[in-house]
Amino acid sequence: MVITETHTPGIPSQAEWLSVRRLIATSLFQVWDPEIPGISIVDLGMVIDIRENEGQWYIDLAPTYSGCPAIDVIPFLAKAKLDEDGLHDIKVDMIISPPWSTDWISTIGHQKLLDYGIAPPNRRSALMEGSPKQCPQCQSENTVVISPYSSTPCKAAYRCLDCLEPFEYFKCY
Amino acid sequence: MTAKISYLLHLADNPLILGQRLGEWCGHGPVLEQDIALTNIALDLIGQARLLYQYIAGLEDVQSTEDQLSMLRYEHEYRNILLVELPNEDFGHTITRQFYYDAFNLLQYESLTAHPNENVRAIAVKTLKEIKYHYRYSSEWMIRLGDGTEQSHTIMQTAVNQLWRYTGEMFIPASFEIELFAEGYAIDIPSLQAPWKEKVSSVLSQATLTIPPDEPMLTGGKEGRHTEHMGFILTELQYMQRTFPQMQW
Repeated sequence: MVITETHTPGIPSQAEWLSVRRLIATSLFQVWDPEIPGISIVDLGMVIDIRENEGQWYIDLAPTYSGCPAIDVIPFLAKAKLDEDGLHDIKVDMIISPPWSTDWISTIGHQKLLDYGIAPPNRRSALMEGSPKQCPQCQSENTVVISPYSSTPCKAAYRCLDCLEPFEYFKCY
Repeated sequence: MTAKISYLLHLADNPLILGQRLGEWCGHGPVLEQDIALTNIALDLIGQARLLYQYIAGLEDVQSTEDQLSMLRYEHEYRNILLVELPNEDFGHTITRQFYYDAFNLLQYESLTAHPNENVRAIAVKTLKEIKYHYRYSSEWMIRLGDGTEQSHTIMQTAVNQLWRYTGEMFIPASFEIELFAEGYAIDIPSLQAPWKEKVSSVLSQATLTIPPDEPMLTGGKEGRHTEHMGFILTELQYMQRTFPQMQW
């Protein structure tokens, strides 16, 4: 552990720098999106940088939708988790340019969305928000949109025409 | 107050007030999916307003916070257009108000993506993604309801006519906009009127609705002269900040 209560700010050595960066990253992999349990903010593509300037560590987060209610909670959760892991006084910056994109969601992120019953973003149609590849329950490709907005602004409501179950689709952004 | 700050507040006040209006639909939507859709759009709009207020609050000549800017100004200090403060009536009226605004906002934000200020540009690039989606939502409902039953058609035509007189204000520059045209800080909004009318006419004709004839337009919002509805919406919007000053989530 490098950053502790007794840590003296200063320029870290390269080895130190890498190790702190790794510790922060490991910690952030355990910060979940409050709306989608089980998927970390790293897998959602929200963590765009972990950097250091004159002994002060920063994490740069890309907010998702402008109106996402989780926008204030996520930096709070991230700081709490970092504190819990002994990584104190790390600053969180919200960076809107370039804007976050669903293209930044990792492969693991896609799998976790699917495991949670949400069809991951898929740019296969002409529509800007794309359309689900298949129903997350029965894998049928025979699906229909119910509403362009669902429980959160980032998702649309769909129905599977084979198993007849409704499901949510994470729209391309 | 400088022209730039008035302009930025104008950009922020439109989505704030419209977001507040749409939020009033929460729990009152015609069906669950549309209740959720309207409130999700409200969230987007308030989020867009926040990005702008946060930027304005951080400017050197503004000693304020985002909460003070959005919640503690007086009625005449709000620079939103009259259209967005109009009270909700039926679902068709709300969709029409949204459609007129979205068609304008889409053109406005496309222009803002080339803004000389990098912060404004960044906000525009990000929020344009959401605005495109709002526009598609409201235009699809215009068509579905306009070209729906006889009853839905009548309701939509009434709303289209009733709200028409509020659309001109979007393209009539306020004094602060005229001042900022030269340096390219404010968008040349009169130039957006023709493309707006083209967009609106095309959707209205698909919706079998008639575009209203030209009539005198109501203005004043951008200069702080609001309708009688503005005081009521601010009373609700500002209640918490005025009752518990400086309260935070």
